[in-house]
Amino acid sequence: MITINEREIEWVPDETVLQAALRAGIAIPHLCAFAGSPSPQAACRICMVEVEGTPRLQTSCTLPARDGMVVRTHTPRIQRARRTIVELLLASHPDDCLFCPRSGDCELARLAADLGIRGRRYAGLKKSHPLDVSSPSVIREPNKCILCGRCVAVCHSVQGVGAIDFTGRGFETRISPAFYTGLNVSGCIFCGQCIRACPTGALTEKSQGEDVIRALADPDVMVVAQVAPAVPATLMDAAEISSITEMLETLSGALRQIGFEAVFDTSFTADLTIMEEVSELLHRVKNGGALPMFTSCSPGWVRYVEVHRPEMIPYLSTCKSPQQMMGALIKECYPKQFDTKGRRIYSVSIMPCTAKKYEAQDLGDIDAVLTTREVDQLLRRFGMQFTPKGPRAPLDVPFAEATGAGRIFGGTGGVMEAAIRTAHRLITGEELKGGPKVSDARGLDQVKVFSLDVAGTQLNFAVVNGLGEVKSILHSVAQKTSPLHFVEVMTCPGGCVGGGGQPYDTDREAIKKRLHRLYEVDRKSASRLSHDNEQVKSLYKNLLDQPLGAMSHHLLHRSYLDRRKG
Amino acid sequence: MRSVAEVVTGHGPLTMDSLIPVLQEVQAESGYLSDGSMEEISAAIGVPVSRVYGVATFYRQFRFAPLGEHVIQVCRGTACHVKGSLSIADHLKRRLKLTSDGNSPDGKFTVVTVACLGACSIAPVVKLDGEFHGHLTIQKLDALIDEIGGDE
Repeated sequence: MITINEREIEWVPDETVLQAALRAGIAIPHLCAFAGSPSPQAACRICMVEVEGTPRLQTSCTLPARDGMVVRTHTPRIQRARRTIVELLLASHPDDCLFCPRSGDCELARLAADLGIRGRRYAGLKKSHPLDVSSPSVIREPNKCILCGRCVAVCHSVQGVGAIDFTGRGFETRISPAFYTGLNVSGCIFCGQCIRACPTGALTEKSQGEDVIRALADPDVMVVAQVAPAVPATLMDAAEISSITEMLETLSGALRQIGFEAVFDTSFTADLTIMEEVSELLHRVKNGGALPMFTSCSPGWVRYVEVHRPEMIPYLSTCKSPQQMMGALIKECYPKQFDTKGRRIYSVSIMPCTAKKYEAQDLGDIDAVLTTREVDQLLRRFGMQFTPKGPRAPLDVPFAEATGAGRIFGGTGGVMEAAIRTAHRLITGEELKGGPKVSDARGLDQVKVFSLDVAGTQLNFAVVNGLGEVKSILHSVAQKTSPLHFVEVMTCPGGCVGGGGQPYDTDREAIKKRLHRLYEVDRKSASRLSHDNEQVKSLYKNLLDQPLGAMSHHLLHRSYLDRRKG
Repeated sequence: MRSVAEVVTGHGPLTMDSLIPVLQEVQAESGYLSDGSMEEISAAIGVPVSRVYGVATFYRQFRFAPLGEHVIQVCRGTACHVKGSLSIADHLKRRLKLTSDGNSPDGKFTVVTVACLGACSIAPVVKLDGEFHGHLTIQKLDALIDEIGGDE
C-alpha cells in the first residue's frame, strides 16, 4: 500500500509512483515519460512529488513505489516548481502557436494551460536552427524542440534505428542527425514514431493537404482515393460509429462531398498482395529461393533493409505494398474501364503511416499521401466531421471488395494470418481445419514465432511487431541458421494501427482497441479468405492472368536498391 | 599516423564504454575527428553514428576540423581575463579572420581558448606551438605572428 494524496493505493511490483498514481486516476503531470517510453529518464522534472520524510522533491517517474510511502502530488510547493520548469521551457520557445501544425493539439500548450501559465515571466534567447525539410515524410523544426528526448528514446530504444541524438552541450544542445545533416541522409526510415512521441511542433509530417485541396479545385483533374484498413479502425476512436464498414462508408461519403470522385479500399489490394506474396513464397520454397522471405508491405522496414542491411534484399518479397499495388492498378485500369472525361487522375492514398509518403515518392503512381491526422484536418477544412448522421457512400468498383483477411493487414500479425489462410489452401486445396483464425500470429508480443504442419511439411513463421526486435532474426538469417520460412515485419509497434501517421494520443490501449475492431470485422466478414475475393478473381481473369504472371510482374512487383552510404 | 581501423583493432573488444577512448586516440592521430572517421567508429562499435557524434560534440576536447600549421592556445582563465585576454582573443579572431571552427581560412593557424594554462604569474599568456609567451600585449602578439608568417 502506498498513500497518494491521502488515498491508499495498491501498487504492483516494479511499479513507479507515477505509474501507480496514473493507474489510480491521479494525474501527475509529466512530459519526458510517455506511453511507449522504454525507460524513465527523469529529464524534464515535471512529475516531481513530495514524499514524507524526504526533504527534496522526487521525480515520480523514477521513484519505485514502496509500502508505507506517503506521497503528495499537487502541494503549493510542487505546483510552484512545475510552473517554473514549464515557464523556463517556454522562455526560448517561439511565440507562434497560432501558426504551428500542432495548434489545438499540443502537449506543451496543454501542460502550460493546466498549470495556469498565462504570461511570460522569463524571456530567454531564441534559438535559430535551420528547418529540416529534407525528408519526404518528416519535418524537423529544432527551434520548437524542448529537448525532452522522447524522439531519441523512440528512435534508438524502440525502433533500433538511431537516426537522431542529442548533440552539442548547454544552450547549444539540439537534437539532430549526425553532422547536422538532413534526415534524408541520416539513416532515418521515415516511420514517424518520433512525431507521435513529440509533445510539441518540433516533429511533424510533411503535409500534402494543400496539394490535395488544389487538385480538388482543378477542373482538369479527377481525384480518387484509397483508404488503408487501419484508418477506419482509428477514426472510430473519436466517432460514434460502431463498425469498420460503416466507418469506411462514412469516410467515403465525406470524401465525395468535398470532391473525391471515387474511393477504393486498400484492403482489396491487401487481398491481392496475399495472392502474389503467397505464390512467391511457395515458389521460393519449391525452387530453393532465398528463405525466409520477409514481407514488404511496411515501407519503414523496406527502407531499413535498403539503408542499413542491404545484404538482406534477396530475402524481401518483391511484392509491392498494397498502397503501391492500388496505385498501379488505378493508373492502369481505371481510365480504360471508366469514363474520366479526358482528365488526369490524381491518386490520393489515406494511410496511418508517414513512410508511405516516401514510398509513394520512390515508386510513383500515387500523387499524395495523407496520414490519418491529415485526413481529419482536411475534412475539417471543409466543415466536415465524422458523425453517424453523415452521408454514406459505398466504396467503388472495381476495387471495393475486401475480405476479413485483407482488413486485418492493419495490425501486427495480420499479413501473416491472411497469408497462412491462403497458403494452406494453395498447398493442400483445403481451408485451415480449425477455422481461419491463427491465434499464434496475434497479440502484442515483440516477436511471435510458431510453426504449422501443412501437408506433412513443417513451416516456420515469425511475426516481428516493431522494428526494435528485428535484429536477432536478421542475425540468424545472416548466419544461415534461421529455420524460418516466412517473416512478417511491421515497422511500428502494434502494426499500422500504431503507425507514425496516427493520432498523437495513440497508446497501447488505443492500439488494442483498434486491433480488436479489425478482428471484429474479420470475424463478421462473409469472406475471410483472400483467395475468395470475387473482385480479385475477376481482376486475374480480366487483366493479370495469374499470380506471378507477366502482367503481375509489370504492375505488382518491384525491385530494391542498396542505399547504404559510402 | 595510424588509421581509424588500426586504432580500433588495437582496442580489443569494443563496447559503448570504448567510445570516448577510441575518439581520443583517433583525434590524437589526426588532430581532429572527421565525419568519415566517426562513421568508421560507429560501424566498429555497432552504435548509431548519431550517438557517436552526440558524444563527441558534448566534449570540448574534440575537434571537427583539421588543425592549422600553427596552434595558438589563448588562456581565458581568471588571471589572464583580468589582464585583458579577451582583447587578445578578439584581436586574433580579427587579424587571422578565424572561422567558427577556430581556423584561419589559409589553414595556417588554429586558435583555441583554454580555461587555464597554469601560468598565471605571467598573465596574460598564450601557448604558440607548445611554447609559452607571457606578459603579452597585442604588439608582442603581432610580432610573433609576423615572425612565423601570418602576413594577413
